[in-house]
Amino acid sequence: MAKYLYLIHGDEAAMATATPEDWQLMMKAHGEFAEQVASRGGQILGGEALAPTATATSVRGQTSGQSVVTDGPFAEAKEALGGFYLIEAKDLDQAIEFAKILPVATGGVEVRPVVDTSGG
Amino acid sequence: MTATSDAVADAYRREWASVLAATVRAAGDIDLAEEWVQEAFTKALVDWDANGVPDRPGAWLTTTAKRKALDQLRRASTLRRKLPLLVEPKTSADSAEREETSVIADDRLRLMFTCCHPALATETQVALTLRLVCGLPTGDIASAFLVSDSTMAARITRGKKKIQSARIPFTMPRADDLRERLDAVLTVIHLFFTAGHTASSGDTLVNREVTVRSIELGRLLSSLVPGDPEVDGLLALMLLTDARRDARIDSAGDLVLLDQQDRSTWDSAQLIEGVSLAAASLQRPGPPGRFALQAAIARVHAAAQTAAATDWHEIVYLYDELLVVWPSPVVALNRAVAVSRAVGPEEALAAVELLSDNPLLAKYLYLWSTRADLLRQLGRYEEAAQDYRQALTLVENGAERQFLQGRLTMVRRS
Repeated sequence: MAKYLYLIHGDEAAMATATPEDWQLMMKAHGEFAEQVASRGGQILGGEALAPTATATSVRGQTSGQSVVTDGPFAEAKEALGGFYLIEAKDLDQAIEFAKILPVATGGVEVRPVVDTSGG
Repeated sequence: MTATSDAVADAYRREWASVLAATVRAAGDIDLAEEWVQEAFTKALVDWDANGVPDRPGAWLTTTAKRKALDQLRRASTLRRKLPLLVEPKTSADSAEREETSVIADDRLRLMFTCCHPALATETQVALTLRLVCGLPTGDIASAFLVSDSTMAARITRGKKKIQSARIPFTMPRADDLRERLDAVLTVIHLFFTAGHTASSGDTLVNREVTVRSIELGRLLSSLVPGDPEVDGLLALMLLTDARRDARIDSAGDLVLLDQQDRSTWDSAQLIEGVSLAAASLQRPGPPGRFALQAAIARVHAAAQTAAATDWHEIVYLYDELLVVWPSPVVALNRAVAVSRAVGPEEALAAVELLSDNPLLAKYLYLWSTRADLLRQLGRYEEAAQDYRQALTLVENGAERQFLQGRLTMVRRS
């Protein structure tokens, strides 16, 4: 098994205008997603929805000893990071299988393998 | 000693790719597998000298490389984390199910699917397939794609790294993914063939080494996935296209168009094989795919005794079918050329004009050369000259440049 981080990117404007009913539908879809992952032998290790990038704070320059704190996300993009999952899957094929059924309203999802530091 | 090293060299040429594929499956890691295969060949130099060359050198090498893999995996504690890869596939229920849904189990085919995984960029897919499935040296792949050795080596290394760290599996795709994944493999082989058929630059038109290797890959795939209409369609397409290689260039090294080619110089053995494969793949149940249809078009050309005898109406019909399964502007352009022969240049020009604004074709050499030719046929020489000039700014192959230059001179004199 290997761990993958699912970075869900989407249009923030669409998210901002979502109604409570939309949210409810979305939560239901994510509940079904979790069931699907479990039934196919994967395991969700974590996952959250993120507050809009307008609320983000970036801190850079740690190595210089003089960190700079700025308002906003690390990189401005039309499709912003809006949520994540950490999922254990058998291999990339299964990880992609999960990504395909992940409920994404707009945009898409980036699947990143997590570095395995358990061995060696 | 010489006899042994000859036998080893021969086995290296013939068996390296198969031995590697089998070892990759056992090791679950491409880099380590490559190392162990190398060691197995080194061991063969000594062992075969002492004990004679085994009856099946490939099997001997595979067993030796796999044994080294297992020994080292057991011994080395730093590699312990790889052990689960060796054990897991046998025990987990999920993989048993995968095994069941898999259609064919062959190590080389598995490796081909791994190399052509959609999570890899197409150029990486091609490079990895040629290196690992064909066993082509990195330098040869680099020259086929006109990049430096170090660029190609870096591309291959990056690809292998992604396979390892993202865990792209060495398995057959599941049955419901097979069609799509097979299509990626076919695309890679076709891309490689095309790169050889009209070498993108340089003065010779065809890179023979590349076309021969692509056809080999096509044959390999056809034997691993027997009876697939698209697999056989691609093989037929390559055989039929490649059969015309000697006729495409005259003794002065100039390009000869299909119409003017001396059909007696077409490779008849390849034509016969290609024609029957093309026919077979078109007859299979279900709507034909893009390779079966392209093979069918090549077959119509092959069937014509003379250029004048070509059934252009049949070709237009096949292009119509092809456009349905593959709505590409390049296909539409080729269809227009067929229309010019079946109906006339005027109708064809109308079809080409519809494509002229397509941004995908703005830098496509053959859009400009085709339109130029149609304008030339209609006697609109000045416009034709303009398009030939545009085409000349895009051409990279020497033989093609020569041809366009000749046509430009011709319309300017008219």
